[in-house]
Amino acid sequence: MGRYVLRRLLQMVPVFIGTTFLIFFMVYALGDPVAALFGDRAPDPATAARIRRELYLDRPLWTQYLHYMGQIFQGNFGTAFNGQPVLDLMAEAWPVTLRLTLVAIVIELIFGITLGVIGGLRRGRATDTGVLFLTLVVISVPTFVTGYLLQYLFGVEWGLIRPSVSPAAPLNELLLPGAVLALVSLAYVTRLTRTSIAENVRADYVRTAVAKGLPRHRVITRHLLRNSLIPVITFIGTDIGALMGGAIVTERIFNIHGVGYQLYQGILRNNSPTVVGFVTVLVIVFLLANLLVDLLYAVLDPRIRYA
Amino acid sequence: MPDDLQPLQQGPLQRGPGNTIAPTGAGGAMDLAVSEAETLERPPGTGTIPGGPPGGPGAKPRSLWSDAWRELRRNPVFIASGLLIVFLVLIAIWPGLIASGDPLSCNLAKSQEGSQPGHPFGYDTQGCDVYTRTVYGARASVTVGVCATLGAALLGSLLGGLAGFFGRWGDALLSRTADIFFGIPVVLGGLVFLSVITSTTVWPVVGFIVLLGWPQISRIARGSVITAKQNDYVQAARALGASNTRLLLRHVAPNAVAPVIVVATIALGTYISLEATLSYLGVGLRPPTVSWGIDISNAAPQIRNAPHMLLWPAGALSLTVLAFIMLGDAVRDALDPKLR
Repeated sequence: MGRYVLRRLLQMVPVFIGTTFLIFFMVYALGDPVAALFGDRAPDPATAARIRRELYLDRPLWTQYLHYMGQIFQGNFGTAFNGQPVLDLMAEAWPVTLRLTLVAIVIELIFGITLGVIGGLRRGRATDTGVLFLTLVVISVPTFVTGYLLQYLFGVEWGLIRPSVSPAAPLNELLLPGAVLALVSLAYVTRLTRTSIAENVRADYVRTAVAKGLPRHRVITRHLLRNSLIPVITFIGTDIGALMGGAIVTERIFNIHGVGYQLYQGILRNNSPTVVGFVTVLVIVFLLANLLVDLLYAVLDPRIRYA
Repeated sequence: MPDDLQPLQQGPLQRGPGNTIAPTGAGGAMDLAVSEAETLERPPGTGTIPGGPPGGPGAKPRSLWSDAWRELRRNPVFIASGLLIVFLVLIAIWPGLIASGDPLSCNLAKSQEGSQPGHPFGYDTQGCDVYTRTVYGARASVTVGVCATLGAALLGSLLGGLAGFFGRWGDALLSRTADIFFGIPVVLGGLVFLSVITSTTVWPVVGFIVLLGWPQISRIARGSVITAKQNDYVQAARALGASNTRLLLRHVAPNAVAPVIVVATIALGTYISLEATLSYLGVGLRPPTVSWGIDISNAAPQIRNAPHMLLWPAGALSLTVLAFIMLGDAVRDALDPKLR
């Protein structure tokens, strides 16, 4: 197990460097942050040169990158172009997005696994076909369409919720945005659980459990689910990246001031420190989530460890 | 039987860590293909060396395809989605077939008006005919979907296939590179990459999707080639002195291509959805290109006053994505009997 953890950690390093450098390259090499700072006006060359020097923008790209990464590991994410420290922006935005993502994960676990078990146990029958078709439909409708539709129906037509979320973003207001964010992943969880259950339901240990005379719900929860949920756990970990990408869309629809909102504003205004800072943290969260899932996976399934 | 299972078990296990990172980066849109690929990872072996009968290397590949075709012809899902796709491709090439108007000629006096005779879907904010724009929008979506899929599939299967076949450092390099691209959530990467590009054609979007899409296909192709090259007939051909080129083209490729086709078909649908999402965020296609994503984005703020402006393009978009995903699903069922 120790060797496996070490190997995984080492594998993470090049991925982290590669991904962050790619983002850094795109933002700083292809866009011109200093020109963006001046909006439509042409910058005074002397001022522009001074800003470039202050911001390390006159060095070669790789020195900029090293400098930036060094600062990040000291907890300094720089200052957004409006003078606010990026760290402050993050402190405001991250809790909101974290809550939104958690709501989404809980929703997709509860509904996804339930639907998947129902489908898997009734494989090939009408319920199963219906559930499968429904998941395809859900996957086909893009998030921004479901978002506007549900917002219109629940918020405007039926008046059940407020169409947009208040800046504090309490949990109860995040229920609908969370559901919208969760929908596509929910469909995957359903399909994964269903496939996994349908495969395992014919396993010897299930037959043994039934033959022992265990009640049906015990066979399902203790024996069948336990083994079938391993791929689902993997998926949830890796899905965090998708959820965070989806949050850009969901947060825009429901006016939630989270990471996606800040990122979108940062990109619209060409605010490089905000964009690179947020994306770097996103990549770190994402890689850590993957690592955690891999380790969890190795604990649950010994075959991985010895590979 | 244990001998039979051995190569299958090795496939996913060797690649344990890489494999689990797989369904990542892909923000929303690309995910289906990836998660389908996850379920496919093990089965492709079973699909391509169809489970039981190990003999007859010459006749087998043909029979897998003709079996699959027979299966498909009887599948109503395949027929429905196939007809829909033929129709979509037709109007993507000749939109004039069913829409006589010009999508760019608008009349502000009719802004946001509802359905009228001759204009069944009503007008949008600019007074353009929603029906005409919805019909013309098919072209951008289908072009992006088809080109991006072709690009990603060719690049991905070439790199993944070679890496899987030759192994060694090339393989390690490719896997780590793919990991880097998987580390970037797709929508996020799209916002960053495409926001600096000013071109109004479809090509930057296609290029971006290929850039983030190929690692997924290469992973599938690699796994599938590794499974295929361990077959006895490949060893036999090698022992008879066949060159690497011949081995790859005649023996490995035909037996490894099925999972790639399945994943690519499903990916086509998700790429269309991704293009619409990027256009909705304002970094994908740009006007004057007529695109469902742009129209939905423009209609969204007015959804309370004139929901029809959003519903028609959104419906067309969803139906198109659904058609391609259902086609992929049907093809997978046909090519991979084990999953049924």
